[in-house]
Amino acid sequence: MHLRHILHALGRHRIAVGLLVLEIAFSCAVVCNALFLIGTRLERMQRPTGVDEMHVVEVGVRSVTPGTPEATMAQTRTDLARLRALPGVSDAVVASSTLFGDSVSFSGVSLSDDAKAPSLAVAQYFGGAQLARTLGLKLASGRWFNPDEFVSYDALQGGASGVPVIISRALAQHLFPGQDAAGRTIYAFGANRVVGVVDRLVQPRDYGAAGGYDYAMMFPVDLPYSRGTYLMRVDDPARRQAVIGQALQALKADGPLRLISPRYATTLEAARAKYYRNDRAMAWLLVGVSLLLLLVTALGIVGLSSFWVGQRRRQIGIRRAIGASRRDIRTYFQAENFLIATGGIVLGMALAYGINLVLMRHYELGHLPGYYLPIGSVVLWVLGQLAVLGPALRAAAVPPVVATRAA
Amino acid sequence: MIGYYLDLAMRSLKRNKVLTALMVLAIAVGIGTSMTTLTVMHVLSGDPIPQKSANLFRVGLNVFPDDNFRPGEEVPDNLSRRDAEALLRDARADRQAMMSAGTMVVTPAQGDPLSLEARYTTADFFTMFAVPFRFGRAWDRGDDGSHARVAVISAALNDQLFGGRDSTGSTLQVGSQSLRIVGVLGDWSMNPRFYDLSNGRFGDGEQVFVPLATALDLHLATSGTMNCWGNNSDEHAADAPCLWLQYWAELDAPSTRAAYRQYLHNYMARQRQAGRFTHPGEVRLLDVMQWLDAKGVVPSDVRLQVWLALGFLGICLLNTVGLLLAKFLRRSGEISVRRALGASRRAIFMQCLVEAGVVGLAGGVCGLALAGLGLVLVRHQPTDYAGLVHMDPSMLLATFVLALLSSLLAGLLPAWRAMHVAPAVALKSN
Repeated sequence: MHLRHILHALGRHRIAVGLLVLEIAFSCAVVCNALFLIGTRLERMQRPTGVDEMHVVEVGVRSVTPGTPEATMAQTRTDLARLRALPGVSDAVVASSTLFGDSVSFSGVSLSDDAKAPSLAVAQYFGGAQLARTLGLKLASGRWFNPDEFVSYDALQGGASGVPVIISRALAQHLFPGQDAAGRTIYAFGANRVVGVVDRLVQPRDYGAAGGYDYAMMFPVDLPYSRGTYLMRVDDPARRQAVIGQALQALKADGPLRLISPRYATTLEAARAKYYRNDRAMAWLLVGVSLLLLLVTALGIVGLSSFWVGQRRRQIGIRRAIGASRRDIRTYFQAENFLIATGGIVLGMALAYGINLVLMRHYELGHLPGYYLPIGSVVLWVLGQLAVLGPALRAAAVPPVVATRAA
Repeated sequence: MIGYYLDLAMRSLKRNKVLTALMVLAIAVGIGTSMTTLTVMHVLSGDPIPQKSANLFRVGLNVFPDDNFRPGEEVPDNLSRRDAEALLRDARADRQAMMSAGTMVVTPAQGDPLSLEARYTTADFFTMFAVPFRFGRAWDRGDDGSHARVAVISAALNDQLFGGRDSTGSTLQVGSQSLRIVGVLGDWSMNPRFYDLSNGRFGDGEQVFVPLATALDLHLATSGTMNCWGNNSDEHAADAPCLWLQYWAELDAPSTRAAYRQYLHNYMARQRQAGRFTHPGEVRLLDVMQWLDAKGVVPSDVRLQVWLALGFLGICLLNTVGLLLAKFLRRSGEISVRRALGASRRAIFMQCLVEAGVVGLAGGVCGLALAGLGLVLVRHQPTDYAGLVHMDPSMLLATFVLALLSSLLAGLLPAWRAMHVAPAVALKSN
């Protein structure tokens, strides 16, 4: 290939070439960052919760006329017995917060009972004996709660002493790096002994410091329905909607006047989809903009290449007349485009990293990983070759006889 | 002259329809996406209460005990009940209100119980935030003091429960208690809901308003951020060490603002003397726009989209520059003939710019259509601000200005090159 000739020819169209290089560079930079943003969104949306989400449904019930605490607790026990008796339901429990729900509650956790000790805000779940089984949590070390360890909500809030706690592995590693947390003591509601560590448990929703999403802890609390949400474990995921319907009916059939509505009942799967809908919308938007951007860039290449072909018809005719094959002419324009695209890609990568640095400062983003370089390059090279193919074929079709005509 | 240039421009644009269409399309897509995102930004960053946003101040006091105090940390947004009630008692501002979000379950005469979004607040709320009434009126400070069992409801709830008739004097059944409706709001929506951003920033407002003292008496559920320290069985108790109340003060005259700030500092000094803490006890007083800015009320995704769209417009313009250049230089022959016949460089330059401008205007019109389409898409997004996004006349005008300016900008370089076509060389090479 006569690289020198091509470069020389390009040198005669510095402005047009410069514009194309700039356009390709900007596209490359924006598309690389958009792909990266899409990647981070997808990663965020796929974060596991440690919960067996496909088998869990929730039904929230609110009291209308508050009765005595004893009556509410008795009603809760009746409700739970009814829910557990539903066909296909293996466990039911009241939990203080639900995954992807609106409410999230934290307590300061520290490693000493000195009030001045540094503390970490950790998301907490209170729930009855079946909580771990209902959620399908996996124990990493230690044990589950014993039946005699469950306390009432008021006892916990009032500072009942020695309530045990189960914490997530991420929190355990943060608090006791390199050691087994089971058996150690943390200070949240007074002194709490860590009896177990679960593989994974996360905050109900992102809140507070970015790194704290997978710090969570569970306390053994027998909650009345008015302080939490009914969670049920459904054996067959296909029956989840049916179970929700039956649960609403069962709860309505008995007990005082209460707020029981399908509005406050959902599968965890649906709750997850709703929680991440903004991320999904943003990812689609980025996909759309990237595609449009590549399209506009391709149209720009088509436009300028056609112009060049038109301008050089006579030269092409002369080259054909003195022996160049159609293939030579076609590859000439393709090589030219390859050179321009390469220039654009080199500049674009520098720009991409520049934009990434700005995004990092404003949007809690990581570094653009190195593999975006080859991906971006290949995308733009292929795009350039596709865009230039039409004009190049038209150039190759120029007959040698053009050389003999006046332009 | 411009008429002649316009005529020339139209002829030239018609001559190469594909190239023209490409240029118009590029500008249209760039303008469409930019205006869509800029309109969203414009709507979300607007002033929710322009007539008095400079007079309304959110009060923040750092009353953390020394154990919970971290130097350099921001003053918390919310007040404890003890401090909010003390400030309200002093009533040093022109108007003041303390408040919290909540949810309450109401049992209508017919049908299932309803869960309603509520605001528990004090009497000045309605005048401070210029809340219009359709029927009745707000409760007064006396009602606050006597813990009156009253409520104000939204127009939407009034339509739902009472078919839109004047419901003042009717009651809302809340558990075993009943609240007498004293007022029905007119059309009122505050977006962003600046007075309490912790419960959804955009969207429909509360359906019921109840005096805070009454809500506490009835143990109605509060929602929003509750920040407590130490063990306490009732976080709503008068002395509970919990931050959960929003406090707003209206200070109409600029001269009273310094005095009010001084009053807050004095209040904190007294608290320090009383032994609540030994740190400096910082005070924060922000007006509405400062408050929205401090809370970063425009979602970061929206900012990102604006930058993305502007970058996109930039690339579309680069594209247009390239295509215009190709177009003008292809006409080198025609230009040199005109030059040889006596047209000045300036005339050539103007002619090219007029052509670029025509492309820009066409792109603007198409871009406007695309922006309209974009906004329809935005309104179908599952975000809480989706319903608010509309294009107003100022954005409409901005669309055309942006389209024209950007196309003229794109035309500058090609026109400059065209104007420097040497007549003799071009004629000879032909």
